[in-house]
Amino acid sequence: MIEKALSGNRLYWTWLAILLAIMGVGGLCYVQQFNYGLGITGMSRDVSWGLYISQFTFLVGVAAGGVMLVLPYYLHNYKVFGRITILGEFMAVAAVSMCLMFILADLGQPMRALNVLLHPTPNSILFWDMIVLNVYLFLNIVGGWVILNAEKKEVPPPKWVKALIYISIPWAISIHTVTAFLYCGLPGRHYWLTAILAPRFLASAFAAGPALLVICALILRRYTAFDAGKEAINKLVTIITYAAILNFFFVGLELFVGYYSNIPGHMHTLDYLFFGHEDGGVLYDNLVGPMRFSMFIGMAATIALLFPKMRDSYCKIGWLCGAIFLSLWIDKGLGLVLGGFVPSPLDYYVEYYPTAIELGITAAVWATGAFILTVLYKVAISVKLTKEA
Amino acid sequence: MDNSRRKFLKLAGVSAIAGIAAPAAFNSLLKGEAFASGGGSGHGEDKAPTGKRYGFVVDVQKFAADKDLAQRCINACHTTHNVPDFGKDNKKDEIKWIWTETFGHAFPDHSQYKKNTQLVDLPIMTFCNHCDNPPCVRACPTKATFKNADGMVLMDFHRCIGCRFCMAACPYGARSFNWRNPAVKNEDGSYKYIRRPNLDFPTRMRGVVEKCNMCAERLAEGKQPACVDACRPTDGIIFGDLNDPNSEVSKVLREKFTIQRKPALGTKPSIFYII
Repeated sequence: MIEKALSGNRLYWTWLAILLAIMGVGGLCYVQQFNYGLGITGMSRDVSWGLYISQFTFLVGVAAGGVMLVLPYYLHNYKVFGRITILGEFMAVAAVSMCLMFILADLGQPMRALNVLLHPTPNSILFWDMIVLNVYLFLNIVGGWVILNAEKKEVPPPKWVKALIYISIPWAISIHTVTAFLYCGLPGRHYWLTAILAPRFLASAFAAGPALLVICALILRRYTAFDAGKEAINKLVTIITYAAILNFFFVGLELFVGYYSNIPGHMHTLDYLFFGHEDGGVLYDNLVGPMRFSMFIGMAATIALLFPKMRDSYCKIGWLCGAIFLSLWIDKGLGLVLGGFVPSPLDYYVEYYPTAIELGITAAVWATGAFILTVLYKVAISVKLTKEA
Repeated sequence: MDNSRRKFLKLAGVSAIAGIAAPAAFNSLLKGEAFASGGGSGHGEDKAPTGKRYGFVVDVQKFAADKDLAQRCINACHTTHNVPDFGKDNKKDEIKWIWTETFGHAFPDHSQYKKNTQLVDLPIMTFCNHCDNPPCVRACPTKATFKNADGMVLMDFHRCIGCRFCMAACPYGARSFNWRNPAVKNEDGSYKYIRRPNLDFPTRMRGVVEKCNMCAERLAEGKQPACVDACRPTDGIIFGDLNDPNSEVSKVLREKFTIQRKPALGTKPSIFYII
């Protein structure tokens, strides 16, 4: 089937070429980082995780979001998602691949990455995260590919693949729960030390993942003959809306607990993220703008989606989904991870700014993800279109 | 109908019993002891583990009396362990095993309200607490950070993959990361960032985490930790077995009022401060 990715129009090849160019530049950046060390990034003794780990955290959510198609289709036999479930599974493949690349990019000694397998350490959440991510990648590659192949040959998929699909549903929850456990099991980091972190992660994942999927479906509709169908898009938008409402409700709960309890440790990061913190005449507020912007566009877009009038055109839906995706990317892909480090456990305010090299590597990983996604979508759509023709 | 209700009640009953019993069972699994000793109450109070548990008592007043004492400790430790110095204005790459903090930063969750002026300026020596219940050991995915039988929290530099999960986990900011190569050499073969290299102790490579190792290598030779020696003739830092009632630390702890950093977190630090 992979040969289907080798034929395409000029637009397809141009897009792949652009992605390859970004990957090339990012690759050169990585060579620099590999030779010098992580000191080439903006990370420091106080903010010891930066863009790489925050992107990883956000993308685990995008990967988990695919389950919002798989679950209704396979568990509730919701036929409308039949055409696009494969898009959800392949998006999960691309997203998990990016997660693994971001982790590798973040290691101080990448050559020793296999130590996690050579010295399995069940008390470390990172060990379990490695397991759930890799298994989820496997479940989605195999599940998606086998079912697509069966579809191409017009035979029913083998029975065993059904088992994989059913396992993949709770597994999607597990990848984001375990990723939340990376953070919320740490003493002394008040911003992360909250039982609602995993639910909050899942709510934002079930909004961000499907939002990206809707955007992809709309792009495919515009540039290819593949149409996901109005009903499927509408249903997805409903899922996104409710998940986004839950997400902002959870954010509100955090704000309530922090500010009503009046415990300094619980308020410090919230202060830093939303209002800025002044210390010795210096104002630490580099995330205030993005965080306020994130809350504003996220909530505005979510409220807008509640009105049927705002859903009556693909164009509006596309923009609103884009706004929700961007909002959640800022909230989780920047604020959540960086906020955990500021202030430091010793109450120092050290801000983090990524360097150009770091941005280049980050862009390259995103481009690689887009490349994987494009190729997989090309195969899936070619199969579906030839069958339908 | 009737049948399903009975089934539900049965299930509910079993779940309730499981719910009540599980935490206790889980606790005994985790700790190997189901019941805490009756001795203490409040946060950070628990039965002391048996066997050796090395710890420190830092007498802050001694450091206040002798302004150079802190720097002598830092120099002794950093020279002994080839800790690189990237310069004062390079905070980003900074590596430190032992350093001074103000009271407010070393004890941020203590009340800072109307503290006496002398306290605010006290130099508080801070280093790895070698916690009895170390979050960094729990977080490490490769066992590069581990606790040995004597209660020392140690690092295997050769196993560390540089994920820095331990840095996120440590509530005391005691860990440093080698963001760059600390052992770069000048043309004449001397180290660029290590002024007086100690040939008996290794240098590190970039990409690994490091921290105070309680001078494990000196203890093995029957010596005291370098910072403790540097404090002599004062007793600025006292070192010994917290579980040995006859050790000097135990004696001081019995006699003096001491505090620990962030005891509410349950990490059970092995450093006690006489303020």
